[in-house]
Amino acid sequence: MSATVLFDNPGPKARARHRIVAIVSAVLVLLSLAWAISRFAAKDNLEPSKWLPFLTTDIWVNYLLPGLANTLKAALISMVLAGIFGVLFGMGRLAHNRFVRAFCTVIVEFFRSVPVLVMMFFTFYFVSFNFGSQLRSDTFPLIAVITGLTLYNGSVVAELLRSGVGSLPKGQREAGLAIGLTSGQVLRSVQLPQAITAMLPALVGQLVVVLKDTALGQIVTYPELLNTFQQIGSYKSNPVPALMVIAAIYVVINYLLTTAAGRLESYNRDKGRPTIPRAALGPAPVEVPTVGAARPHAEEKVPHKGHRAAKRPPGDS
Amino acid sequence: MGDLFTTFNVVGALGITLLLTLFSALGALVIGTLVAIMRVSPVAFLNTVGAAFVNIVRNTPLTLIIVFCNIGFITNLGLSVSTDIARNNLVWAIVGLSIYHAAFVCESLRSGVNTVPTGQAEAARSIGLTFGQSLGAVLLPQAFRGAITPLGNTLIALTKNTTVATAIGVAEISGLMKEMIEFRSDLLIPIFLLVAFYFVLLTLPIGLVTTHLSTKLAVKR
Repeated sequence: MSATVLFDNPGPKARARHRIVAIVSAVLVLLSLAWAISRFAAKDNLEPSKWLPFLTTDIWVNYLLPGLANTLKAALISMVLAGIFGVLFGMGRLAHNRFVRAFCTVIVEFFRSVPVLVMMFFTFYFVSFNFGSQLRSDTFPLIAVITGLTLYNGSVVAELLRSGVGSLPKGQREAGLAIGLTSGQVLRSVQLPQAITAMLPALVGQLVVVLKDTALGQIVTYPELLNTFQQIGSYKSNPVPALMVIAAIYVVINYLLTTAAGRLESYNRDKGRPTIPRAALGPAPVEVPTVGAARPHAEEKVPHKGHRAAKRPPGDS
Repeated sequence: MGDLFTTFNVVGALGITLLLTLFSALGALVIGTLVAIMRVSPVAFLNTVGAAFVNIVRNTPLTLIIVFCNIGFITNLGLSVSTDIARNNLVWAIVGLSIYHAAFVCESLRSGVNTVPTGQAEAARSIGLTFGQSLGAVLLPQAFRGAITPLGNTLIALTKNTTVATAIGVAEISGLMKEMIEFRSDLLIPIFLLVAFYFVLLTLPIGLVTTHLSTKLAVKR
């Protein structure tokens, strides 16, 4: 923990002060929890009849588990498709041809900037207007969810791939070129395999983002886990406990995935492999710390048109 | 195409999206900074509370948080801030967005604190500053400057995530987009492009500005 350098080892006075702060804040936290619980209890949310259904197989087999299955189905299909999309466009962004590069850059940047929900709405109506007669209408939401998630997360994976290739030592590419491989061959058979190892932790972390975003399916009426709260809520008249149980399911699954990503990251680091830190993944488009280095061709082909020079602070030679 | 603007309150919806973004960003920054301070403070109890907050909020879908704000706080508990339903939903959407993104602001700031060399903290301590003083005068100012890129990414995500507020009927642009498409199915693609480019227009400058600021404000070491 970096925090340990932030303060001295507490002496007796500081320890006493910390204890007072801890007690005061604990009292405050407990008071606000007690207040929240009493508010919820006042509205009969703590009645056993509202929580006991979650101990019956009925609720799990007929509502929660099918919902969870739909959530996982959408997440896994999207992640696989996003992987394919990401590798194609990530390679496109590293391509030799300037037009391929520009095209892929525009596509990736566009889909990273448009909200997933907007893409889901668009796909939903696009499919229902154009393929409404061929497809069963209950497949529209699934198609919408998968398309939205694939396009956004595929673009994120493309960026990950780019920073994964950028994180490799320069000698890898140079060695490949020196033994006579073309730069496309170097990318496919030398850089890509290593880049994918480097980005594995970040990919698992991205799975958390995908899993959370499947909940947007609730808005386009996809019967995923969050959606079941309405059925359970009207069946047992306990919408609030239902939401809390569903939230707990999400938290547990995502926490396990986050932990797995952390393990993978330290595994990579122990092996001395380059790795893209999971921390680079916010809820946001990935931060690509190695933009310059991630484009090996830019260095030899394109003169830096002031881009590099502008990035350097003035007066710092 | 032009009649969309006369039939629907497009400008109003674009404004609501902007309003959600600005107020939630402010809320997330305040809550996130407080949680970050809790997570680096010397009091173990506060560390635990901060970590629990981050781990729970970060792993919960935003849609669930927003829906909970409506079902849990407005409908069930009757915690109304206004008699106007639309305004009530708007305020609670801002609360939900702020809480969700606060977790990411907190993690961004912690990564910013990590960019501050240990010598800075040691120097602050050795000239006798207390934890609060060294945090406020030495560490946080540098941490903010080191965290500009992740903070900018969080702001971009927040801008796009305001669309989720449509789940509880806030009249922002994605809800209006749905309404417009249902009414004018012939204009599906123009409507999509209009909304999509609005978000490109909002998020692209954030990315450019934060890239510029992160190099300009970077603490030279």
